[in-house]
Amino acid sequence: MTGTDTRSAAPAISIRGLHKSFGPVEVLKGIDLDVPGEVVCVIGPSGSGKSTLLRCVNLLETPTSGKVFVGRDEMTDPDCDLDRVRRRIGMVFQSFNLFAHLNVLRNLTIAQIKVLRRSRTEAEAIARRTLDRVGLAGRETAFPAQLSGGQQQRVAIARSLAMSPELMLFDEPTSALDPELVGEVLAVMRGLAAEGMTMMVVTHEMAFARDVADRVVFMDGGVVVEQGPPEQVIGDPQQERTRAFLSRVLNPTAVDPAEEVSATPAGAQIGSLHVEPGAVPGH
Amino acid sequence: MATTSGTTHPTGPTGEADDPPKPRMTRRQRARLSRGIQYAVLVIVVAVIAFRADWGNLQQAFFNTEVIGRMFPRVLIVALVNTLLYTALAFVFGLLLGIVIALMRLSSVGPYRWLASAYVELFRGLPALLVLFFVAYGIPNAFPGFTLPFLVMVTVGLGLTAAAYMSETIRAGIQAVPRGQVEAARTLGMSPARTMVTIVLPQAFRIVIPPLTNEIILLTKDSSLVYVLGVTAGQVELTKFSRDMLNTTVNSTPLLIGGLLYLCITLPLSQLVRRLEIRHAKAR
Repeated sequence: MTGTDTRSAAPAISIRGLHKSFGPVEVLKGIDLDVPGEVVCVIGPSGSGKSTLLRCVNLLETPTSGKVFVGRDEMTDPDCDLDRVRRRIGMVFQSFNLFAHLNVLRNLTIAQIKVLRRSRTEAEAIARRTLDRVGLAGRETAFPAQLSGGQQQRVAIARSLAMSPELMLFDEPTSALDPELVGEVLAVMRGLAAEGMTMMVVTHEMAFARDVADRVVFMDGGVVVEQGPPEQVIGDPQQERTRAFLSRVLNPTAVDPAEEVSATPAGAQIGSLHVEPGAVPGH
Repeated sequence: MATTSGTTHPTGPTGEADDPPKPRMTRRQRARLSRGIQYAVLVIVVAVIAFRADWGNLQQAFFNTEVIGRMFPRVLIVALVNTLLYTALAFVFGLLLGIVIALMRLSSVGPYRWLASAYVELFRGLPALLVLFFVAYGIPNAFPGFTLPFLVMVTVGLGLTAAAYMSETIRAGIQAVPRGQVEAARTLGMSPARTMVTIVLPQAFRIVIPPLTNEIILLTKDSSLVYVLGVTAGQVELTKFSRDMLNTTVNSTPLLIGGLLYLCITLPLSQLVRRLEIRHAKAR
């Protein structure tokens, strides 16, 4: 395989000077980011542009300016054959986006057959293997609507994996799930990471980011504020904005002292559980 | 959650103790009276019609067994079959053209969008009868010596109008397929055309089956217009056949039979639409 050495030479994803505006609103204000073959988690408040950044990687959103490279291919080059490069990039969405009119097996085989031109037998064999990998062997004939959210998301991961991608993008894969179903999806993603899959994950799951990521990127207001190993970005953030975000996320029940004025009896109770602002567990 | 504080005067569960003096009728009594009046009006109207109508004459005029005997079997093997055939041909043509126009309307190429919009506005705004006349007489005038076969005229004449309505339905169906479905397909490396054919259109059709079935019902009735093309004895459909029988027998029975046969087509279809809509509502 000649592809192996080129991949180790060029980072899996390389983003240079990326800007993206929706009308007058500038969502990404100049992003430079490299994702070598590792797990990168992108965290940040909602509206910080992290999902848009992820969607610019496979050009689901067209950047306003800047360059995006996947391996050696420049996605932003007008002559780039997007369909060809996208085959190598798996993507998992917040809302699963399973094909509602196809059963689980067909969801996994249709792109293999129509895009990769695999034979039906080969595609089905791969589909069954992949389903087994995400713990859903035996659910081939179920339709998406018959599955729980966690199962649907695992099928969606399997659908991407069946295409034998070089890297995987995850856009808040657990945000639409009931809390008790988050674990099964994260478990599959941990497994993938352990097998060495290159992953770029936009997530609100701080525990996942801390345990699994090789690198954590904190975004706010359309820029990368801070990046580094999780023990640094989550454990010992250097930037004030990162600290403020993490204290909000890690102590969701804590009330900002400024907002505590309207103290109802119930609010007073929460106040008594109050963690000191700025105190970050794991610090 | 009953509050026990200050229970000095016991109030009923509805708390009417402080209400003003009782009205002349309770709400329930008023509702019962109103319903009674409505039933009474209905019974009186039905009774007047039943007593005043000349049943013997009506039976002679609308259910004359001798006339019925003369209608069969041609009303079934010619007229009903032709109605079904014309409807089916126009539906298939209208559906195919409707898909093309819907896709044109969603095209990224401006002129395609404008052409499609113009087509829809034009044919939605014209009476189906006028379109049929145009196909029957306009085209031969424009291309002398060129006459379309009868079935082609029927198909095109009815289908052009149907396509305008169906394209709007199909366009709405395509747009009702969630954007995420397209994104997922494109992410897997499918081209826009491949995405449309394998992912979007199959789901769009599930959405539009009920309104398209309604379109078949409308077309079934519009097929009665083909008489303007000039039909031979073998080409008559239900309305023309019934009207001809009306003329020869001077009796209204053929109209009743013809009408009943239309209902035999349309009622099961509207029942089907209702079921599909219920199933669709459940699936959401």
